[in-house]
Amino acid sequence: MSKRIHVSTKVNGDEVDYLCDSRETLLDCLRDHLSVMGVKEGCGTGDCGACSVTLDGRLVCSCLVLGVEAEGKEVATVEGMAEGETLHPLQRKFIEHAALQCGICTPGILVAAKNLLERNPDPTETELRYWLAGNLCRCTGYDKIIRAVMDAAAEMREAS
Amino acid sequence: MALDGQKTAYKYIGTTPNRPDGLDKVTGRARYGADINVPGMLHGAVVRSPHAHAKIVKIDATKALAMEGVKAVITRADFPEGLEGEDWDLQENCMAGEKALYDGHAVAAVAATTPLLARDAAKLIDVTYEILPHVTDVDEAMKEGAPVIREGAADFSVPEGLHPNVVRYFDSGRGDLDKGFAEADLILERSFTTEAAHQGYIEPHACLGQMGADGRGELWVCTQGHWFMRRMSTAVLGIETTNIRVTPSEIGGGFGGKTTIFIEPLSLALSRKAGGKPVKMVMSRNEVLRATGPTASASMDVKMGMTKDGRITAAHGTFRMQGGAFAGAPVDVTTMLAFANYDIEHVHHIGYDVMTNRPRQAAYRAPGAPMAAFATESVIDEMCRELGLDPIDTRLKNAAKEGTRATFGPKYGPIGFVETLEAAKAHPNYAEPLGPNQGRGVASGYWMNWGGETSASVAISEDGSVTVSVGTPDIGGSRASMALMAAEAFGIPYENVRVNISDTGALGVNEPTHGSRATYASGLATIRSAEECIKKLCKRAADKWGIDAEAVVWEDGRAKPSGPNAGEFPPMTIAEIAGAMGGTGGPISGHYEDSPSGFSGSFGTHVVDVEVDPETGRTTILRYLVVQDAGKAIHPAYVEGQFQGGAAQGIGWALNEEYVYGEDGRLQNPVFLDYRVPVASDLPMIDTVIVEVPNPGHPYGVRGVGETGITPPLPAVANAVRDATGKRICKLPLRPSRVLAAIQGKTV
Repeated sequence: MSKRIHVSTKVNGDEVDYLCDSRETLLDCLRDHLSVMGVKEGCGTGDCGACSVTLDGRLVCSCLVLGVEAEGKEVATVEGMAEGETLHPLQRKFIEHAALQCGICTPGILVAAKNLLERNPDPTETELRYWLAGNLCRCTGYDKIIRAVMDAAAEMREAS
Repeated sequence: MALDGQKTAYKYIGTTPNRPDGLDKVTGRARYGADINVPGMLHGAVVRSPHAHAKIVKIDATKALAMEGVKAVITRADFPEGLEGEDWDLQENCMAGEKALYDGHAVAAVAATTPLLARDAAKLIDVTYEILPHVTDVDEAMKEGAPVIREGAADFSVPEGLHPNVVRYFDSGRGDLDKGFAEADLILERSFTTEAAHQGYIEPHACLGQMGADGRGELWVCTQGHWFMRRMSTAVLGIETTNIRVTPSEIGGGFGGKTTIFIEPLSLALSRKAGGKPVKMVMSRNEVLRATGPTASASMDVKMGMTKDGRITAAHGTFRMQGGAFAGAPVDVTTMLAFANYDIEHVHHIGYDVMTNRPRQAAYRAPGAPMAAFATESVIDEMCRELGLDPIDTRLKNAAKEGTRATFGPKYGPIGFVETLEAAKAHPNYAEPLGPNQGRGVASGYWMNWGGETSASVAISEDGSVTVSVGTPDIGGSRASMALMAAEAFGIPYENVRVNISDTGALGVNEPTHGSRATYASGLATIRSAEECIKKLCKRAADKWGIDAEAVVWEDGRAKPSGPNAGEFPPMTIAEIAGAMGGTGGPISGHYEDSPSGFSGSFGTHVVDVEVDPETGRTTILRYLVVQDAGKAIHPAYVEGQFQGGAAQGIGWALNEEYVYGEDGRLQNPVFLDYRVPVASDLPMIDTVIVEVPNPGHPYGVRGVGETGITPPLPAVANAVRDATGKRICKLPLRPSRVLAAIQGKTV
């Protein structure tokens, strides 16, 4: 086996480190070395978005980033969205709007939607649909997901 | 219809509370198939055939076994011989025997200390193949001279003289076709094809199996049905069913595809060979697309007769379907449901189940129904055009109603087809004006639903809250539905009910969450179990009051004397009775088991508007309406979700999704980039209307709603494209290149 590489990074604000093979993806490292299991693998080829995280604030498919690339950076996942007991408005609206059925795509979609609303607090439905076009959902037909995000965005605008 | 009266009679049914598992699923805490790690765990990987059809000459695992960290390698030699029927099919599909039968067929598996090591070791397992001629197309596979997948696979139903790849034959009908066609003013016959579509669940198959040398063990797995997993896995391994306890994880989508086994017996066999260490196996997307599912592909001829005023006089359909290298294409259902929407006197269906060098088909949402609907609903649409008739009025004229003798035999009970048509016609979408290059399509569909083996329990806790235990995994919010039904039965708040999906050790056999049965059958069992609890609760109150149990009634979560003659006692709440139950006779629980037969089918009608780009052939969905009969919507938001999800999958099947096989028999698009399911920017909002014609076979009137919704979109979209372009395209998917060729007048 090849020699493992030591990586120090931050996940959801906490300093962590792990030893990884140079071929392992950030997705592998989050799940297998750090037990951050909210990050899901749906395809491994960057097509489904279930593994969406942000890396220094940029939305990425963690299956397309090598584990070693996280060195010195900050990773944010669905596990970091709520503050203590208080859910992020997107999380709350997803439950209220029945915007998930099986729920496997939900973490990735929440991370992607949060990232959009940080850039554009008032997206049109079309802008939202194109932003989320990299996140596959096979259960809902997207209708309730789009409604939940638009509703959360409206609430967040009112609150700010 | 007692619709309005029933609505006011319910306190909880028909409300839309937050689902109990919502918090876990929006915070990343919910544990799916691949989300569990245990001490000492190994990781498995599978060696798969790169050939469509090949003799396995030799498997040499020497190099792999020499790697440090590799703990076990298995091949077919590690499985028992002598299995028959479906068990043999399952074993042969999970691990190839003498031949690899399709691109992606498993030929060996390895367990090692890390996932990377397992994958590296799999690459070092050297398999020598002798490549054989192959066939992947259903029509080609039936022709004389086509490569034979397996001699002697046909059953008794197949007439003599057909190719050995034809393994089952169906022939059914009634009336006098000649007479029926003679009554017609217009007779139309068309041939159609649909390609295989994959269920496309976002969570790949995953499991964690552990089994000792004594053949006992455990399996953690994402599945629609853990008793199916147990029966199938143990049968393939030749051990007693009860030796493996199966616990279902949260499931990341199934749509029928997670009702059978693939990697599960491999993880158990690897675990046994590795000395009982648990072995985790997780499929890649490439493996999911090449080796699991998809549904069957179909080649069909449909001929129908119609009078000038729109009455269907006769119908004949021939359906040829391939379901991969095993018998099992759902052509029985295809023939059964092909004309089931309509009251037709003279009808005949013929079906062929054909084997090819493709993966073994798995159930996919209303298995077999969407293909038939594409053919028959396209022919009806074309006839309406030629005769200048409104497609909804024509369907209304022929619609099956209560008392209609179905084209597959029995008489329909109360059904809501007419109501869906009337609601679709009254919906504003049906009156929206259309612009240039835009078109509207209408189509209807049906799924007969299912009951199935069901076992459930309800137990009262010490504070009067309630635990419901069911055996049907929750894929789309069924725990919320069960909790609502229990709350309604007891008259206690929704929040006071906790619903668990029990493992195989806690309940009797349950069929999977399939056949649109979970809310119907597990719901029925939940209500009946609650009623048994209520009887016991009333008895405890009666004993305390010193009156007959029959003199006690249950209302709003409380036991009350039934009237002044029963005596004057203050009502006892469920909490009061439960708090004392230890001293009044012990724990209170209820249980129900049955294979309930009171299920009733669900009809749906869809209306879609499209715009087709005449320069590229690309079809855009402008608006989409689903109208469907739910019997009674327990949690309307999740009923709408089923409608919308079914429509989206059907739109994908109609427009983009297809299995593409190369000349070499290999799947050309085993990746989500090329097997293109609808994304958010492909779809508009999906409008829904829930029709409620109660099912008399369920205490609250529930019909299953999961499957019907995928059936109408295939013809509805094709009919809309016909309306927009003037071109009738009889092959799916309606990918841009195909539509553009049709617009340009080329043969497609």
